[in-house]
Amino acid sequence: MDLIEAFFKIVIVIGALITGAAVMVFLERKISAYIQNRIGPNRVGPRGWLQPIVDVVKLVMKEDIVPKSANRFIHDLAPILSISIALCTFAVIPFGNTIELFGRTVKLMIADVNIGMLYILALTSVGVYGITLAGWSSNSKYSLLGGLRSSAQLISYELSMGLSIIGVIMVAGTLRLDQVVVHQTRYLWGWLPAWNIFLQPVGFITFMVASFAETNRLPFDLPEAEPELVGGYHTEYSGMKFGLFFLSEYANMITSSALITTLFLGGWSIPFAENLALSPLTMSLLQVGSFVVKVFVVLMFYIVVRWTIPRFRYDQLMNLGWKVMLPLAIANILLTGGLLLALN
Amino acid sequence: MLRNYLPIIMMMAVAALFGVVMGKINEFIGPKRPSEEKQSTYESGMEPIRTARERFSVKFYMVAMLFIVFDIEVVFLYPWAVSYKHLGVAGFATMFVFIAILLIGYFYVWKKGALEWD
Repeated sequence: MDLIEAFFKIVIVIGALITGAAVMVFLERKISAYIQNRIGPNRVGPRGWLQPIVDVVKLVMKEDIVPKSANRFIHDLAPILSISIALCTFAVIPFGNTIELFGRTVKLMIADVNIGMLYILALTSVGVYGITLAGWSSNSKYSLLGGLRSSAQLISYELSMGLSIIGVIMVAGTLRLDQVVVHQTRYLWGWLPAWNIFLQPVGFITFMVASFAETNRLPFDLPEAEPELVGGYHTEYSGMKFGLFFLSEYANMITSSALITTLFLGGWSIPFAENLALSPLTMSLLQVGSFVVKVFVVLMFYIVVRWTIPRFRYDQLMNLGWKVMLPLAIANILLTGGLLLALN
Repeated sequence: MLRNYLPIIMMMAVAALFGVVMGKINEFIGPKRPSEEKQSTYESGMEPIRTARERFSVKFYMVAMLFIVFDIEVVFLYPWAVSYKHLGVAGFATMFVFIAILLIGYFYVWKKGALEWD
């Protein structure tokens, strides 16, 4: 019975991630168009809203071109690896508290494990393989350079990412993401919600920057810098295999927004909503809604940043990662440790 | 206990299935008109010169090695951070020494120029 329940949650979450990614692609094109004083896609469906569906149909109908000198098996494997990892990361993120359905109390997260954060870090590490293998297997110079750059960038920023989570773990005293959210439902001095963004401002900034780098978004999109590397690691991909890379990039973006929301912005919690005396079902639905709204706001931030900020040079990127972010994250740990010690 | 991990395995299976179906769908639906030019490696319209799998900059190896060193440090910090509130002053002092030793190594690497990209 538990497994059937888990299966339904998995199907819903994966469906939501894929739909969300498609909607994000459309919104990205539309918002970038407005920022650049254009109109953007507006032909397919009302105001262009059916564009993502048509895009997918087009990609599916394309010919699958694999270069003769490429390593066929790994060339096929890389996009599959990318999308699987991108979709799986969401398994431990709580998208709501609990909900009463048909007399059962359903916990709104897929896998209730006690090492949630380790799981996420492990999967982001494995996610590097998809891009690296894609770059290597294509046997094209642009792909190889893109893949190399990307793997160096991802592993550099993964350090600051891992270190900035440690501050949150110290405050919450657990690796479970649902407990982290529960910990954020308290109040500081009776009026300020105890979200980790207020308790860990430095950690929030380093985590945010690191997740921009982890998702290859501007200003960190060196792996696919079009003017220098054509398409970067997916230069030699066509059809839906290219589409899978595209999809996994946006799925990763949604997951990392969800992670930022869970770790720093209070997750599904709504401040002061417990004073409203709502029925449990309404409350659960509102909490899911609050989670979705917060994730959406972070995603909009991603998009606006992409279309307003220019790209780094590669040496600037590595300097920022190793010489600024890493010391900052370590200083944050020592500071948090000292403050916690002083307060207890 | 291990039952909690079953949903993760199920999710991996569903995600991998989606990936395999979508990754292979072009081979079944799409047209197949291979030609010599189409299957050559892209190199800005030139004939590809040699293979791409040659030697590349040693800096990438440096970053990878440094990553392993520092990532192991992060792994050591996780269990400490979880039980930090119960460890008190002793816990803080221990980790302070650990991080200090690590920082000495970090500044050594910095001074040696391993973090420079020019």
